[in-house]
Amino acid sequence: MSISGNRLNTEQYLANFDDIHPGFETKEGAVIEANRCLFCYDAPCTKLCPTSINIPGFIKQIASQNLKGSAQTIFSSNIFGGGCSKVCPVEKLCEGACVYNLMEEKPISIARLQRYATEPAIEHKWHLFERKTSVNKKVAVVGAGPAGLACAHALSLEGVDVTVFEKESKGGGLMTYGIAAYKVTPEFCENEVSFITSVGGIDIRYNQALGKDISLTELRSAFDAVFIGIGVGVARQLDIEGEDLVGVVDAISFIYNLRTKDYAEVAVGDKVAVIGLGMTAIDAATQAKRLGAKEVTIVYRRTENEKPCTQEELNIAKLDGCKFEYLASPKQVVGQNGKVSGLICDKMTLGEPDESGRRSPVSLGETFELEVDMVIKAAGQTPFESLIKSSNILHKNGKILTDDSLATNLSTVFAGGDCINGGKEVVNAVQDGKDAATAILRYLGVNA
Amino acid sequence: MADISSDFLGIKSPNPYWLASAPPTDKKINVIRALEAGWGGVVWKTLGSQVKNVSSRYSAVGYNGQRVMGFNNIELISDRPLDINLREIKEVLKEFPDRAMVVSLMADNSREKWHEMVKQVQDTGAHGIELNFGCPHGMTERGMGAAVGQDPEIARMIVEWVMEVAEIPVITKLTPNVHSVVPSGKAAVEGGTNALSLINTIQSVTGIDLDTLIPNPNVGGQSVFGGYCGPAVKPIALKMLTTISQDNITNKVPVSGIGGVSTWQDAVEFMLLGATNVQVCTAVMKYGFRIIEDLCSGLNNWMDEKGFARTTDFIGKSVPKMTDWEQLDLNFHIVANINPDKCVHCGLCYIACEDTSHQSINLSKGFPYNNYSIIEEECVGCNLCKLVCPVEDCITMVEKRHAEEKINWKEFVNKGLPLNSH
Repeated sequence: MSISGNRLNTEQYLANFDDIHPGFETKEGAVIEANRCLFCYDAPCTKLCPTSINIPGFIKQIASQNLKGSAQTIFSSNIFGGGCSKVCPVEKLCEGACVYNLMEEKPISIARLQRYATEPAIEHKWHLFERKTSVNKKVAVVGAGPAGLACAHALSLEGVDVTVFEKESKGGGLMTYGIAAYKVTPEFCENEVSFITSVGGIDIRYNQALGKDISLTELRSAFDAVFIGIGVGVARQLDIEGEDLVGVVDAISFIYNLRTKDYAEVAVGDKVAVIGLGMTAIDAATQAKRLGAKEVTIVYRRTENEKPCTQEELNIAKLDGCKFEYLASPKQVVGQNGKVSGLICDKMTLGEPDESGRRSPVSLGETFELEVDMVIKAAGQTPFESLIKSSNILHKNGKILTDDSLATNLSTVFAGGDCINGGKEVVNAVQDGKDAATAILRYLGVNA
Repeated sequence: MADISSDFLGIKSPNPYWLASAPPTDKKINVIRALEAGWGGVVWKTLGSQVKNVSSRYSAVGYNGQRVMGFNNIELISDRPLDINLREIKEVLKEFPDRAMVVSLMADNSREKWHEMVKQVQDTGAHGIELNFGCPHGMTERGMGAAVGQDPEIARMIVEWVMEVAEIPVITKLTPNVHSVVPSGKAAVEGGTNALSLINTIQSVTGIDLDTLIPNPNVGGQSVFGGYCGPAVKPIALKMLTTISQDNITNKVPVSGIGGVSTWQDAVEFMLLGATNVQVCTAVMKYGFRIIEDLCSGLNNWMDEKGFARTTDFIGKSVPKMTDWEQLDLNFHIVANINPDKCVHCGLCYIACEDTSHQSINLSKGFPYNNYSIIEEECVGCNLCKLVCPVEDCITMVEKRHAEEKINWKEFVNKGLPLNSH
């Protein structure tokens, strides 16, 4: 048993990490699906979209073959409309609300139609937005992820000059570094960022980390306002014995490696345990399998019924051949010669519902051991606690506190996205970026 | 099992479905395929003087992603030599003696020409003749087709010429490109025609290529008006058929109904409004002859359900239900009712009523699903909400009469009752 890369040949890697989303091959396919849309009034799908995209509107525009108008409708509500069409858990959002569900019919393929309209816009950099002339206001945005770039784009449209500081060498944030490669390819992420910035007035400075290369104090004095959209950090600690053994990794770093290196360079075990059943856990498990791990087991302390991921995500893991240990809670990582050799789990049962409304797992006092050589932690993420604590910004356990307008306790400083909510969907971060831009424009006295 | 066979002026066919005079009936090979598939009969594509057709002949209109809701053509009468057509007609008659063989004719404007053509057709053994007074393009410029049908006196004259030599039933096909089909219909009946058929195609422009700005169909950069047909024209055809069924002169002869018949329901509707049988073209041009199977089985099952033993049991049954507006009962009142258990909360009824009708639907906001209910005192019973609702029987119209007794417009005015109800 060993942890190693180079498990597959080039063709296998390419096949395993190819875009999982089947687009519409033809215009006819898209138009037929678009015509199924009933064009609901005050549409439930739009209401369940955190960015309130006018979904019936953009679908009608696909039906009338006004593709540019369709892309415009999407992007004016969500500048990450391309990426969101690939990563949104739509069965819990727009597609889950589609009235066809109430007729026991297949909901409209909203995500697929959204991809159809946004992909050519991003690929050909359609000029859909006109930036107003500069109003001589400068705003710093920290983090070129969905929250930061959505904020930057909205500000730039109104003539604000935006400088984005990004700690990585590429933009896109979690979209580029934290999501399974088959959902959004690295090329797509790069194209999306350059599409967003093509409106002008957005200067991204890469390899500039807050607290290292730049400080909040400097930014506050050099800019009229600052938006913090730095996301969240590594996966939550398990706080169990053996967590420091070689072979215990956190899912965020694991996926980060995958997104920044050649697939062959990413090491994976023969037998891998993934802790958690959220979207990131599924991503980590399927990616481990697709890198050539022989056996991947997802360990979750509740049952499939309480899963935080969507059914569609779970199906991907099942189809990839991942195994599942439900009602199992990691108790100890065991090792030999400093390396992981197994994972001991408590057997659980479901007790009373907790504050989330889900029944909480209770230990039965029995254990079992999984023979594994790699453990990936994917049971939630932790904020950049020390970074936040080093500033005077108010926070709760590292999550930045804001008022309803996303202003922090520090004057001129606003924040949004995962760094205030602890980790939600890309689409939630985008809405935060838009809301913060609205608040910043109001603060700057720029009339949008 | 109901008997769906048909007898049109003694021309018998195993079912009431004939193929209309059109491209599908232009050649023996097509006609044989149709009869093998089970069609009751054909009206052979119009014979006349030798013509030449252009290339690029058809164009269509789609609706919401569906193809060929409406269809138009600029094809002329048969462009094959007359002797070939006559020989093939004879051959088909021999092969399928139990099917109706009617031949469409459009001779040049002379008594001799018409006599000659009628005789030639009779020599083949064909069962009937259909006079093409309807073709709206190409032939009209030469004083034929619709040019004849649009002028009742010319129509009467030609029918009279034909009847001088006709030994088999003559059907006169009417053009819809007139303000009313009744005058030419009357003229044809007075001229002695044995039957009528309607409608022929409607002059149209189906659309324009928005890249080249050339209307359809594009013949080398130019276009002309074409004859419109297909499902889109059915309601117009039904209206014209009804006027023929209501007129005391034209309703003395049997009618063959034409215009967008695509399903057995369409056929039943034509027959309920007075057609003895129907003719079909566009639907087979879209799907091929195989649709005859459902046309027959659907009709058969419907007749069984309704207890009609033969088609004559229901032909014309809906004609008396069509009246003048003045005869309608003003005390008849219906209001919409939304079944909340069936509602899918799409809001289409609400926005249609709120924006374009009588603001009679109440919206109660919900997340993500709104709820909708009828404000009965505002509802005028227009049916719009029911028509746009995507769920069958979710919205029903409930009868709530203003008063028990019936009262029509004339009586209402005579009684001096108040007109303004707002």
